[in-house]
Amino acid sequence: MAIPLSYNIRNLVVRRTTTLMTALGVGLTVAVLLSVLAMVEGLKMAFESSGDPLNILIMRKGSTAELNSNFARATFQQLKFKSGIARNDKGEPQASLEMVQILNLPRLDSPEGMNVTIRGLSPDGPGLRRQVKLQSGRWFQTGRREIVVGKGIAERFPDAQLGKRISFARGEWEVVGVMDGGRAAGVNSEIWADLNQAAADYNRSEVLSSALVRAVDPVAAQALINDLNGDQKLNVKAQSEKEYFDAQTVSAAPLQALGLFVSVIMAVGSCFAAMNTMYAAVARRAKEIGTLRVLGFSRLSILTSFFFESLVLSLLGGLFGCLLVLPLNNLSTGIGSFVTFSEISFNFSVTPVIMGIGLTFALVLGAVGGLFPARNAARKEILTALREV
Amino acid sequence: MSETVIQTRGLSRVYKRDQFEVTALKGASIEIHKGEFVALMGPSGSGKSTLLYLIAAMDRATEGSIEVLGADLRAVSDRQVAAWRNAHIGFIFQSFNLIPVLTAIENVELPLLLTNLKPKERREHAETALKLVGLGDRLTHLPKQLSGGQEQRVAIARALVTDPDLILADEPTGNLDSNSAQDVLTLLTRLNKEYGKTVVMVTHDPHAARFATRVRYLEKGALLPEGQMPEDWGSLPVAAKSA
Repeated sequence: MAIPLSYNIRNLVVRRTTTLMTALGVGLTVAVLLSVLAMVEGLKMAFESSGDPLNILIMRKGSTAELNSNFARATFQQLKFKSGIARNDKGEPQASLEMVQILNLPRLDSPEGMNVTIRGLSPDGPGLRRQVKLQSGRWFQTGRREIVVGKGIAERFPDAQLGKRISFARGEWEVVGVMDGGRAAGVNSEIWADLNQAAADYNRSEVLSSALVRAVDPVAAQALINDLNGDQKLNVKAQSEKEYFDAQTVSAAPLQALGLFVSVIMAVGSCFAAMNTMYAAVARRAKEIGTLRVLGFSRLSILTSFFFESLVLSLLGGLFGCLLVLPLNNLSTGIGSFVTFSEISFNFSVTPVIMGIGLTFALVLGAVGGLFPARNAARKEILTALREV
Repeated sequence: MSETVIQTRGLSRVYKRDQFEVTALKGASIEIHKGEFVALMGPSGSGKSTLLYLIAAMDRATEGSIEVLGADLRAVSDRQVAAWRNAHIGFIFQSFNLIPVLTAIENVELPLLLTNLKPKERREHAETALKLVGLGDRLTHLPKQLSGGQEQRVAIARALVTDPDLILADEPTGNLDSNSAQDVLTLLTRLNKEYGKTVVMVTHDPHAARFATRVRYLEKGALLPEGQMPEDWGSLPVAAKSA
């Protein structure tokens, strides 16, 4: 049997200041890593929730985003009668011709403004997004300068509040509603308006951005995508809406890389902190090590004991880290997207898996930091250890 | 003649410090029998502790043979020796060497963790040992809450809890006042007489040596012949209850 765990835990308690400082160091490292992971996870969730697999997004061939897609109104008229497209109550194809434009809105913490996406939609447009619900107010009416803003926009931009007016294009637009797209980043970060009113204001009546159509079922969706992509006359690129948003998670890549880089640098520091603490512990307890050896505990028992103590120390740090990032959970934030050139709002998401990763990361730090001191403890000769003060 | 517990022949220990060699023990031959209480005496640096450490397999001899309880200590591995020590040797240190963060009973229970005893049995054994040394009411005290004499008694309980054949004590009264020292020595005598434990005690205190049944002297690393003591040692230290 090994040296009891209570021996290690009580030693950590006895030198509580050192323990807390080391654990805090490890905790901060874990917190940095977890906040990056929580952000990436939140962003991924936002994008993944944005797409509906039955919705098909159609852009001009060669376009990677709606923003750089010039989509003619005539093309929409041709494709909306393709087979496989679901029909609405009136028996018309569920299809929405849409226009996407960038708008600069001032924000509290960024007075020079941030780009947000304004989307003009056909009457069927809002209904195609099943996850979207009106949180307050009402939907915009056709032919009027009315807008509905995503809740992410309402939370972060003081000008975009219900009842307020925002000036863009050729006039002032009234905020008549706030919509909630659940975790969907796309919707929560957008401003919606009537297509024809917006297109007229932006002088883009014929050249718009994209079309969104709803397929009757998944099989029809795939057939429709194949049909649209194969139609030389239309010259369009069709993909499932889900696929489109999934691809946008690359927006998080630079931040993820930077966050991981900082975490690794901090991890090296934390490793040394843990190592230093454990070396000090081994030096201070040399006589105890000698005594334990005399009592019959093997070198392996000593190694395991000190190694384990380092793990407990770092696990404590890991728990600190998790506690530090917990308040970030569901915190709303935004990030500039290189695909839409506008801000995508999303919530930090501190999931159990992410906390698990944090604790594992802390344990790895403890293992690396504790191994050498533990080996040092195990290698001590009994008499040398007993004579150390 | 009773069973031989310890037998050394020409035992030497040479330490290398940088380029210098220091001979701590040279050619020590001794035989100790079951049930004896032997005191090893001598001035500082005489090699008495070195001999004790070699008997406890805490150190390895440079030359000579050593057999303790039938085991050839020069032939066993590090790992085997740890298990052997746990099973057969009870060691008492001058400065008690209790684990400061563990209570008296936890300290005494430590060697039992290496046995196959169940937790409840371990607790019972440790409690019995502490009662035997008169500390049945100090089970949950931390070492810092005990007096020096009590700490040493906890250390003795820890040394005897595995019911070892051999108890080795390195200056067990060196850090104690005279009353506590008396208690500890009485306890060792009791273990020897009532429980038949073989005790080897290193001391430079003539009073302590009187409790032993046999005294052997060492000087400058050499074990002096039976009955002989160092020339400048003074008048007294003779085994009071010589066998």
